Amino acid sequence: MSAHAQTRNPAGLIGRIRHAGGDSWSLGDKIGLASAWAAGILLCLIAASIVLYMLYRGFQYLSLEMIFSHPEAGLDQSKSGGFLDPLEGTLALTVIGTAIAAPVGVGIAVWLTEYGRPSWLARAVESGVEIVAGTPSIVLAIFGLLVFQQGFFSFLSYEATPGVAFGRSFVAAGVIMSLIALPLIVGASREALHSIPRHVREASYALGKDRISTIRRVLLPASRRGIGTGVALGMGRIVGDTAIVVVLLGATLQTDPQGNIPGLSFLQGTGSTLTTYVYNNSPVGEGGSPEKAYAAAFVLLLIVIALNFVVDMITRGRGPSWTR
Amino acid sequence: MAARGPQTAQQRDRTDQRAELALGALASAVLLLIAFMIAFVFAKAWPSFAHNGLAWFGPGGNLDEQLTAIFNSPSDPSDYVYTLHAWPLIYATALITGISVLLGTMISLLSAMFIVEFAPGWIRSILQPVVRLLAAVPSVIYGLIGILVIVPFFGNNVISGAQKESVQFVIQLDGSSILVGVLVLTVMITPIMVAISVDALRSVPPTWTEGAAALGVNRWRALRTVGLRAARPAIVAAAILSTARALGEAIMLSMVTGSVAFSPNPLDGVTFFFEPARTLAAQIVDGAEGLSVKPFGQTMYAFAALLLLSSAFLSFSGWFARRSMRKYTLSPR
Repeated sequence: MSAHAQTRNPAGLIGRIRHAGGDSWSLGDKIGLASAWAAGILLCLIAASIVLYMLYRGFQYLSLEMIFSHPEAGLDQSKSGGFLDPLEGTLALTVIGTAIAAPVGVGIAVWLTEYGRPSWLARAVESGVEIVAGTPSIVLAIFGLLVFQQGFFSFLSYEATPGVAFGRSFVAAGVIMSLIALPLIVGASREALHSIPRHVREASYALGKDRISTIRRVLLPASRRGIGTGVALGMGRIVGDTAIVVVLLGATLQTDPQGNIPGLSFLQGTGSTLTTYVYNNSPVGEGGSPEKAYAAAFVLLLIVIALNFVVDMITRGRGPSWTR
Repeated sequence: MAARGPQTAQQRDRTDQRAELALGALASAVLLLIAFMIAFVFAKAWPSFAHNGLAWFGPGGNLDEQLTAIFNSPSDPSDYVYTLHAWPLIYATALITGISVLLGTMISLLSAMFIVEFAPGWIRSILQPVVRLLAAVPSVIYGLIGILVIVPFFGNNVISGAQKESVQFVIQLDGSSILVGVLVLTVMITPIMVAISVDALRSVPPTWTEGAAALGVNRWRALRTVGLRAARPAIVAAAILSTARALGEAIMLSMVTGSVAFSPNPLDGVTFFFEPARTLAAQIVDGAEGLSVKPFGQTMYAFAALLLLSSAFLSFSGWFARRSMRKYTLSPR
């Protein structure tokens, strides 16, 4: 829609009619125009200064050794290691969160656009997704802690005291992380499904397909770009979240598996991610090592920019003929 | 489906019905989740509200001392300390959120108008990725830059010695302040509003603004009086969305606003902006270590309950605003 409008009016909406007479600019108009320019340029300057500053600090402090060494407890900064474990934590949480959020989000979007009966329920679910999107991640985090501390969830972490689970683990954090990615995936998939014209569905029904196979064979493949965009945006949200990791992953220095079943013990254990590593090494945390915080923040920023790039690639790609 | 061979129409109906039920159940789980969340958080928070009554929301005493007392309460459940007056947190949350949403709305409307109408092509093609990047930068990076660059800058260069001395018996001014919090938060919430406003301005029918231009109004006037007005529902929605964002921002604010439960005093003049504060969300992050201490944990859940209530309220008012403003646009979404 917006891209369409842009191609129609390359010089802005009104730019085409830059007629000679009657163009009177009062002082207020001139001030308004100047401040619009100022606001636009300000945004560019802020983004440029953030990226350049992080680049400068990143190249100043980052070394390969930091990426490939485990963090250690040590007062001497030369002995406190790198951030291999937080990097693994970020990747693991992103995978868990996306693995839960993507199917659930697409399922909800499909139900909302293709079925949506009864309509009052559909409207309630719609605003429910909006409420989840608006809930602060710190609130979701401590709600998650409350849930996963119930005794019967102790298989997800471990039993701290009889009947009470520890409640902090990769699974617990991943489940709550999926909630912050969910609204983005639902939104993007819905938009993609909406943009498929009615006649595509009707053609499929005319061939004798029922609705669910139309969805699986026609609609979902056609909307995979939208879904991909939503998933990538959701991943960006998960990578960047700190509050959930602080509360639900324990934010321990090293990845700390629980139990002795390989694989499962990792999921049950605690750990940290790049975001909490930055947080803990900033002046507010215990680590107090700005150099390492800068280096980890640089890596984090690179991941986020890479995800942004992925979104760009997906949206710029050419879809099937009816999505153009 | 096809691999399983031909199906009768009845069988096909049944798979379709089953799929509808399964997907519907999945979608309804969202509602169940919200119900659970509200019930769980409020049940856990209840003792803190019940003990203090309406005074919970009011001012009184030093909040940090009250929290320490709650944290150190005796282990006997009947002796738990709950006394708390959360006003400084509520005040700081409202103050920081309010100012940055106001600032952010102005900046984002101006830059949206700039992007849609005035920017030369090459600036426009830079601005789009810039906005997306600013929206994607994690809050902890904003916090890190805030605490390592902006806070020391304010502490050393902007806040004068006289200002520091004027309040030195009450609070220490080291640069961590509501001003830095507001500035960084504005940068964080502006991109979403810019993105939504640009989309809204672009979907205004071109004939409307062109009609205004044809009547002899200049480009700025046409866009401001016709374009902005037609895009109003989306702009309101954007402002509400970013208010929710600002309300829930915890990590960055806990890093740069000094994290002192202090109510900045407007009577201090300019110094007011340099005074530290702590928001509700930042308080929960700061108190995350003590969640296992029962009364302290319950107090944190009380803060969470307040946040939950306000964000749900915001979601509803966003929905309501869009609904009631639909009459101002010709093409309802």
